[in-house]
Amino acid sequence: MREPTLFELSSPGRTGVTFPQADVPLFDLPDASLLREDLPLPELAEVDVVRHYMALSKYNYSVDGGFYPLGSCTMKYNPKINEDTCRLPGFVFTHPLQPIETAQGNLLLMYQMQEWLKEISGFAAVTLQPAAGAHGEFTGVLMMRAYHQARKDHKRVKMLIPDAAHGTNPASAGMMGFEVVTIPSDERGNVDLKALAAQCDDTVVGMMLTNPNTLGLFDENLQEVVRLVRDCGGLMYADGANLNALLGIVRPGDLGFDVMHFNLHKTFAVPHGGGGPGSGPVGVSERLADFLPTPLVGILEEANEDVPPLYGFITPPQSIGRMKAFHGHFGGGVVRAYTYIAMHGAEGLKDVSQYAVLNANYLKARLQKTYKVPFDRICMHEFVMEGRFEGTDIRALDISKRLMDYGYHPPTNYFPLIVHEALMIEPTETENKDTLDSFADALLKIAEEAHSNPQIIKTAPHNTPFGRMDEVKAARELVLCCWLPEDYDTSQ
Amino acid sequence: MSLSPSNLQYAKTDEWLDPATGKIGISDYAQEQLSDIVFMEITVSVGDTVSAGDVIASVESVKAASEVLAPASGKVVAVNEDLTGAPETINGEPYTSWFIQLEGATSADLMDAAAYEAYCQERSH
Repeated sequence: MREPTLFELSSPGRTGVTFPQADVPLFDLPDASLLREDLPLPELAEVDVVRHYMALSKYNYSVDGGFYPLGSCTMKYNPKINEDTCRLPGFVFTHPLQPIETAQGNLLLMYQMQEWLKEISGFAAVTLQPAAGAHGEFTGVLMMRAYHQARKDHKRVKMLIPDAAHGTNPASAGMMGFEVVTIPSDERGNVDLKALAAQCDDTVVGMMLTNPNTLGLFDENLQEVVRLVRDCGGLMYADGANLNALLGIVRPGDLGFDVMHFNLHKTFAVPHGGGGPGSGPVGVSERLADFLPTPLVGILEEANEDVPPLYGFITPPQSIGRMKAFHGHFGGGVVRAYTYIAMHGAEGLKDVSQYAVLNANYLKARLQKTYKVPFDRICMHEFVMEGRFEGTDIRALDISKRLMDYGYHPPTNYFPLIVHEALMIEPTETENKDTLDSFADALLKIAEEAHSNPQIIKTAPHNTPFGRMDEVKAARELVLCCWLPEDYDTSQ
Repeated sequence: MSLSPSNLQYAKTDEWLDPATGKIGISDYAQEQLSDIVFMEITVSVGDTVSAGDVIASVESVKAASEVLAPASGKVVAVNEDLTGAPETINGEPYTSWFIQLEGATSADLMDAAAYEAYCQERSH
């Protein structure tokens, strides 16, 4: 049953709050026409509103509710202790404009976080400012441009991006006005070195590489890729969205990358999407450090025997400027991620990546006799398989819809584009073997149904509050404005 | 998959060229891979000169967004505006849904229908 809108639930005169008699002088609004009686604001009691939103929340699926194997999104469990720390009064009640002498705890935490992220990634400096991943990418690409401009190297316009990269990479480069050149993958799922070499010239800004890539594969020729790009004067960008495979094992800074964004809301267990906000710090190599956004947190006065150091804000000499008001997503992002890192420690973070990789390989091993896995190698934290079966017209979308009937959030569909009917599965380290087995069992059952009862897959989902949506109609007949409530057809 | 018309030539990136008229479109294989097309935009205008491999249009389906590349070089003499308003016709009739028409279309490296079908077959497995 469809939950009515607040407008439909409204009844004239119903209220949630009764205001007491005014005990202060009354003033008329300077412009009485601002008070419009024709605005159809919903009128409801508090309990009606609470039940409405409670009902809507039950339609939702979350990582607290079940397994969420959405490839390249790292939907790991978000430990609840992070919720406690980010709500500590000292963090919650700080104003970003209060004197730094009165906010030393917050500044120390930010400083420590910059240092930890440097240690984890092998970079020379880190900004915590960007709002989330794509914003971090944009920040990184701005710095790449600033670097070339500072060297008066104005002919660099080409950004090289493999076809197994995240979709945000070409978008970030395109927003900057760069020409995006797609580099194909070879038959092992690595960057095609010949195709890359053919593009490497003095017009290259750099390369944006997702490693491990969206096939879940670590590029076997990474050193050669980095050498080719650097030899032609380009910079190497690492998409850190897949960092969950690498913690404590390899450091992008050591691999020759110049810049990388972190997704604190993926790798470091900050809630995703509606549970956000995200946070996208960026780390850079020595040669980009001067271009970082302002301000960074630094030590303004060193400690001596009597007083601790004074933390405050510093501006890099050739800064690209501010990327966000104030200091990024401090409480929601940085404090939670700081807690996550502190709770794990160095060895714990290494375990995170090792279990993430183990879980992905376990699932792959259980499924690959039934579902074709192209580029069949030991995978990293995710893998891609084909959602189709010989002799049936079942597609990846159908399988995903049917998975919802079994209680699982579908994996990422149709990405990367280089795999037919792609299903990209990332279990993360936080799932136990029982969950992985149940999920694999469901997918194997669906593979049986594809032959024995394809109709039940084609018409799935059946056990959800709503059945299959008409995605084609939704895309073709897009409604981008709101109508007045009476103009909606509420008969259905 | 429906039979590829033998009067057309085909690019590795799944566009077709009618050498007789200079019209360009996308193949049945391409539309099937994309699935339901919900949006298309032609990014060149009449009078433009295009080179083989240039982007001439973008096509969006519920699955993916994809660029359409010119399979040949030449001067654009017509643009099929009707297609923009009814992109779903590409799914139904890929070989009559032409995007643009080129004058003096010259191309290298295009396949004939038999070679193209073999190429599609090979990619389906």
